Amino acid sequence: MIRFEKRKDASKLFTAVAPFMSVLFALLTAALIMLFAGINPIAAYAGMIKESLGSFYGVSETLVKSTPLILTGLGVSIAFRMKIWNIGADGQLYMGAMGASYVALYSGLTGITGIAVMLFAAAVAGGLWAGVSGFLKAKANVNEIIVTLLMNYIAIAWVSYLVYGPWKDPSGFNFPLTPRFSPDLVLSTFFNTRLHTGFIIALALVAIVYIFMEKTVWGYEIKVIGNNPKAAKYAGISIDRKIIGVMFLSGALAGIAGFGEVAGVQGRLQEGISHGYGYTAIIVAWLAGRSAIGVLVVSVIMAVILVGGDSLQILMQLPVAFVNLFQGLILFFILASDFFIQNRPVIKRSGK
Amino acid sequence: MEALLKVESVVKTFPGVKALDGVNLNIYQGEIHTLLGENGAGKSTLMNVLNGLYSPDSGTLRINGQPYIFRSPKDSIKAGIGMVHQHFMLVYNNTVFENILLAVSDLPFWLDKKKLRTRIKEILDRFSLHIELDEPIRKLSIGQQQWVELVKLLIRDCKVLILDEPTAVLTPQESDRLFGFLKQFKEEGRSVIFISHKMREVMELSDRVTVLKKGTTVKELIRGEFDETVLAGLMIGTDEIPVWEKDRKEFKETVLSIEHLFADKEKNMSDLIDFSLELRKGEILGIAGVAGNGQKTLAEVLTGLKPPVSGKIYAAGKDITNSDSRKAYIAGIAHVPEDRKSMGIAPEMSVDENLILKSYKEKPFRKFIFQNFKAIKENAEKQIADFAIKAGPKGTPIRLLSGGNIQKVIIARELSMRPSVLVALYPTRGLDMGSAEYVHKVIMDARKDDMSTIVISEDLDELLKLSDRIAVMFRGRITGIVEPEHTSREEIGLLMSGEAAQ
Repeated sequence: MIRFEKRKDASKLFTAVAPFMSVLFALLTAALIMLFAGINPIAAYAGMIKESLGSFYGVSETLVKSTPLILTGLGVSIAFRMKIWNIGADGQLYMGAMGASYVALYSGLTGITGIAVMLFAAAVAGGLWAGVSGFLKAKANVNEIIVTLLMNYIAIAWVSYLVYGPWKDPSGFNFPLTPRFSPDLVLSTFFNTRLHTGFIIALALVAIVYIFMEKTVWGYEIKVIGNNPKAAKYAGISIDRKIIGVMFLSGALAGIAGFGEVAGVQGRLQEGISHGYGYTAIIVAWLAGRSAIGVLVVSVIMAVILVGGDSLQILMQLPVAFVNLFQGLILFFILASDFFIQNRPVIKRSGK
Repeated sequence: MEALLKVESVVKTFPGVKALDGVNLNIYQGEIHTLLGENGAGKSTLMNVLNGLYSPDSGTLRINGQPYIFRSPKDSIKAGIGMVHQHFMLVYNNTVFENILLAVSDLPFWLDKKKLRTRIKEILDRFSLHIELDEPIRKLSIGQQQWVELVKLLIRDCKVLILDEPTAVLTPQESDRLFGFLKQFKEEGRSVIFISHKMREVMELSDRVTVLKKGTTVKELIRGEFDETVLAGLMIGTDEIPVWEKDRKEFKETVLSIEHLFADKEKNMSDLIDFSLELRKGEILGIAGVAGNGQKTLAEVLTGLKPPVSGKIYAAGKDITNSDSRKAYIAGIAHVPEDRKSMGIAPEMSVDENLILKSYKEKPFRKFIFQNFKAIKENAEKQIADFAIKAGPKGTPIRLLSGGNIQKVIIARELSMRPSVLVALYPTRGLDMGSAEYVHKVIMDARKDDMSTIVISEDLDELLKLSDRIAVMFRGRITGIVEPEHTSREEIGLLMSGEAAQ
């Protein structure tokens, strides 16, 4: 009979290696599925790498995709540190995109001021959206998982309403799109690719969040609350305010991701700007061990899978679902590895 | 006559503590057998062995002469042993009926509710109990909930019933009904293991008493061989009251005075009722009492974790009950919490980080919004050296330390704030001798610096050794204040059971 016992001390090496092992297992499992689908997995993986990292354009596309992942990943990580499960980064991203678009379309601001105000509006919109669940959690102990998740659908519906309705481009042949932002409100791109300034903003925020979480008194408080709320209360930390604050920050970061997508990639607000970045962010935060630097690294890896996966659709005629399946496998194996880090299997003979 | 249940030289060791050190226990058929002992004597551990929760390191367990090994509570249940825990194991939102069903081991897939109902009704009638089967548990009084626990065991037809301080949560009337039930239960040829601190109950009920001390059996007595004095003597031991070399002090200034304080209760615990107490500068005030008589509430009110309902708290003559000054003052009260692992530490964080849990916002540890890691590290090095904390390699999460070392971290942290008042709950519970001794020394040393300490403990030895005065609590009130030099254990014991009014 196999039983699981709690490990007294999880080995550092094992803890560090486990996430990579789980990616490896996910790759192997996906390979198996590909074999069943009659596709050569080695060729598929090689294609993925080549498309995402094998060319200048490929790398730039990977970094474009990594930008929203970094930002939402940071947001989700901050909340996870406090054991607050924000799975609504997607909705917060949409709200951020909406806030930025409103400024771009209706404020009349231009140039760098306009962009700064867009960024600010996106952060506030995303932050408030997440703040609602933080408020409910702090004041009424409402489960934040449910609230953040359900608010995703509301946010998406809001954007749909706006692009089909009041914000629709009058000269857009009735497509559900807002008018293009004026060119001075679109983020500048580099080397003739789609890589935009949003990536630089994301990098800067990695540094800021790193310092915030690791070096400041607030980061310490968040760690204590996440670790043991009772001890936090005993130490005189006001948990309620911290929950609302951290939720706001978490949403603000996701909101900035939305800003990056509309101001950097699309140049307008439309449906489907997210491609589920807010959900992938959960995987990113988990893989990264809730560390800011980790989020950066993992986001790029996830972007490789996204870009490579897209190319698989073209190269191998694999359906989109396959990329989702792949992500799901990774998360599944990571959760499993987490279990094995905490527990170890013990084989025991049954009977007397 | 052969014992129904026989425990022979059972040993159970936990990391750092020998909880049971060769315990013997004989339970005969049709008797009420009381288990006596101070906290930490090993009663709970022994009961958990009988429960199948712990498996002993060595020793044997016999039922009707047959050796038994319990691998899990299931085996214990099968052997006919049932226990009513101090904290009930009930599903609060489910009905009484559903909760009782949980206890039926041979439930068929299709429930014949009618049949089960009649089965339960029969038991209720047999003991003339009145419980509404369709009420959810949460609507029941504590006393009724206890009956549900008992019915759960009766429906399993259990032969040995273990009750862990069943009357701690009951009113005297409810207790009397329980005792009536236990006597009837005994008449049916079953046995009861009864754990209680209250001498009157022990005298009224017990056919046989086993006294435990420090994990071993001190003596087994049958009715007629014991009275209250004999039992108290055995339980506490005959050794002299150890008096610590205390420098005599004159206490003049009052640091803290509590007047007519009322505070709400925790679940299953007594609240504070019209509680008054004075703490003088530089004294160690011990608070004795059986756990759950309001000590925890008192500590929480003093340390600002719980607001009082009414009454006043004065610090050096100034009313701090509800004003803003309370917050500032509370900063000067250090608190060694009862539940050190669940409240006193952030388990995954390092010793360094845990040492600044209370003072991370203060000057040396904070520079503007940043943490001053150099100061944090220096502080940790100093405290680890001063308190001889075995902290392991740098960055070790504190949860990996032993209980004694965790307690040292907490005490080091609390004292490093140079508090004027220290409130310590069960400061040495679960610690080995060496660590306990060290904790005592630290508290005594701080007394020399005129710190006032409130020590809440169930260990009379500890209180007698440390305290300048001992206040005894029972059901949220003080039943008496004694001085260690002019008291006896018997006197304190009686005050603890609430039987001797002053």
